[in-house]
Amino acid sequence: MATRASLPTGSLPSRWTLLPRNGLPAAVGIALALGLHFWLQPAMSPFHTKVMLDSGINIILAVSLTLVNGFTGQFSIGHAGFMALGGYASAAIMYYGSYRLWGGPAFAGGVLSWTTSQGAFDGPWLAGGDALFVVACLGGGLVAAVAGYLVGLPSLRLRGDYLAIVTLGFGEIVRVVLQSSRYQLFDAGEIARASPLHLATTLGGSLGFISLPFYTTLFWVYLFVGVTLLVTYRIKYSSYGRAFLAIREDEVAAEAMGIHTTRYKVRAFVLSAFFAGIAGALYAHSIGSINATELGFQKSFDLIIMVVLGGMGSISGSALAAVLLTMLPEVLRKVTEHINQVLPAAYALPDLRMIIYSLALILMMILRPQGLFGLHEIWDWRPWRRPRPSSKEGPPRP
Amino acid sequence: MTKLIQTLMDGTAVGGLYALIALGYTMVYGILKFINFAHSDVFVLGAWMSWVVAVQLLGLGLDAAAPTTPAPVWAGPLVLVAAMATCGAAGFLIERLAYKPLRAAPRLNVLITAIGVSLLLQNTGQLRVFFGPYPKRMPPLLPERTLVEVAGVKVPLVDVVVIGMVVGLMLGLEWLIFRTKLGRGMRAVSYSPPTAALMGINVNAIVSFTFVLGSALAAAAGFLYGMKYPAGLKQPADAAWVMLGLKAFVAAVVGGIGNVRGAMFGGFLIGLLEFFGVAYLEPLYRDVYVFSLLILVLLFRPAGLLGRATVEKV
Repeated sequence: MATRASLPTGSLPSRWTLLPRNGLPAAVGIALALGLHFWLQPAMSPFHTKVMLDSGINIILAVSLTLVNGFTGQFSIGHAGFMALGGYASAAIMYYGSYRLWGGPAFAGGVLSWTTSQGAFDGPWLAGGDALFVVACLGGGLVAAVAGYLVGLPSLRLRGDYLAIVTLGFGEIVRVVLQSSRYQLFDAGEIARASPLHLATTLGGSLGFISLPFYTTLFWVYLFVGVTLLVTYRIKYSSYGRAFLAIREDEVAAEAMGIHTTRYKVRAFVLSAFFAGIAGALYAHSIGSINATELGFQKSFDLIIMVVLGGMGSISGSALAAVLLTMLPEVLRKVTEHINQVLPAAYALPDLRMIIYSLALILMMILRPQGLFGLHEIWDWRPWRRPRPSSKEGPPRP
Repeated sequence: MTKLIQTLMDGTAVGGLYALIALGYTMVYGILKFINFAHSDVFVLGAWMSWVVAVQLLGLGLDAAAPTTPAPVWAGPLVLVAAMATCGAAGFLIERLAYKPLRAAPRLNVLITAIGVSLLLQNTGQLRVFFGPYPKRMPPLLPERTLVEVAGVKVPLVDVVVIGMVVGLMLGLEWLIFRTKLGRGMRAVSYSPPTAALMGINVNAIVSFTFVLGSALAAAAGFLYGMKYPAGLKQPADAAWVMLGLKAFVAAVVGGIGNVRGAMFGGFLIGLLEFFGVAYLEPLYRDVYVFSLLILVLLFRPAGLLGRATVEKV
């Protein structure tokens, strides 16, 4: 595996990526999100909108997981736990907040949070509901980040394997604790009387948190996708990113170079948890409910395979893999349905998704362990340039 | 008092099963320094192979009129040996096909492969051609009777057999590792594979043997689990199996991963903690006790209760 330092200077950000530095990316991101919301979304069927929302949410999750599993070389397998925490926190803020402010969980947002398939809408551009939704997303992110700090601090002092164990256990604990919370309140009077602490522990229990207002639109999802991509991009090409990569390549050497390894690992982990929390919030308000049983080990694993497939340390690779793997089950389902219509019942194909995924993962690790993209990004690809003589990878690690 | 003894019995029996599985985790970690996440699925394979041999090959428990007819005496050992042999072979193949090509790769890659193998086993296991997507019931291999009665507590034969076999297997393993030439080889490889190779030890053979041994122990645990909880034979990808495997893994870490005696101790500790927590505290938080212990141990004794802290070498 090539270390960052051994890479030729050409793969550092060129003036083409340095040029549009400040302000422009944000403007482009917002414009794109608005374009998706006002032109693309009305033209798409609800099913395609749903796939697109899921793709966006998975991009946030995969790219944030890349921060930990790709850049820093740690191994977290509890990412869905942070997603669940963020989702539940945002659900509590949205649901109980809407009751407190407007007397019911009905939609109170503006046109930016409105999906056209729900019918015509003549409301304001932005309304109180949107503000509450942004607060809920950020609140969900913060709750997840605090949890990330508490989980990361003890386990990141140790070597890589222990983080895997602790995050796995953490995911399970989150699930159990959320499922043993009190049942959701549906009575406006009761909600008005209850204390904030009481409400924060009344999260629906084993039934999940339901009847949330639908606020997640392509605009919000791709706005946060833009933020996530921008932040990880800027981190990757900063001294922070180089510290992360140094830790990943050789922890002892990184420490010898003056990098406080634990501190950097915890920072990467907290940031990653923050974005996972936001993704959880978007997820909860795109399907109108959240249940911790769906956000278990399986979900975490889906995210890991996105990162591994896309490239351990590649932002664009993870994002691309997230999109592909969100669409793949839909495609596979169609294919299986078609084949099963032809085959007699006894030979009906089962859902082969997980078998294909796990085989892909094993083969990937044996044949191309750095993932499809490795550390490279789409914007590193310059076919018009002559291949550099030093593009060979360095000697394998001892 | 009755409750206390009952909890003690159950906790010890299940703790012993955790310990048997934990031994596989800890031996592989001791030698190859990675967490073999597929190990818990080998345990599941053991439980299901016991069912296949008992029901489909020997035809036990198929008599609907008398479902609790005790099996012949030779059936139990036969099923156990068959399950251990299949799982040993499976362990050998897993190591050869999935892990050996990655011997020189970074540990993270091996860890990811292990998760891949684990999911592959789970999902192929629940295909119809293998074990199918439905839970099954293990036929009784032992007569259902009470062995002794202590202070009003009935001690069932099953519990005694389970605990007895766990202790027997552990003593055998202890002898193998600390008293035989093979065991000395294993300890040498775990200390330093290149040095062991220089001393004329066939490292690949030792690694393969470790996998076979660990898998056979997991198969024994699977068999005993089927005897203790006949209705607990969930479909191969069920989350309950993952949980059992995880707790066994926690046992290995709590005892000090890489440490064989630590795994035995950790298994019993986890089992007792779980059952006492369920019996005397809140049953809903069954899994929380175990993982909280894990986090406490990692905070205060990261090398495990019986492990010795080592500084990472450059």
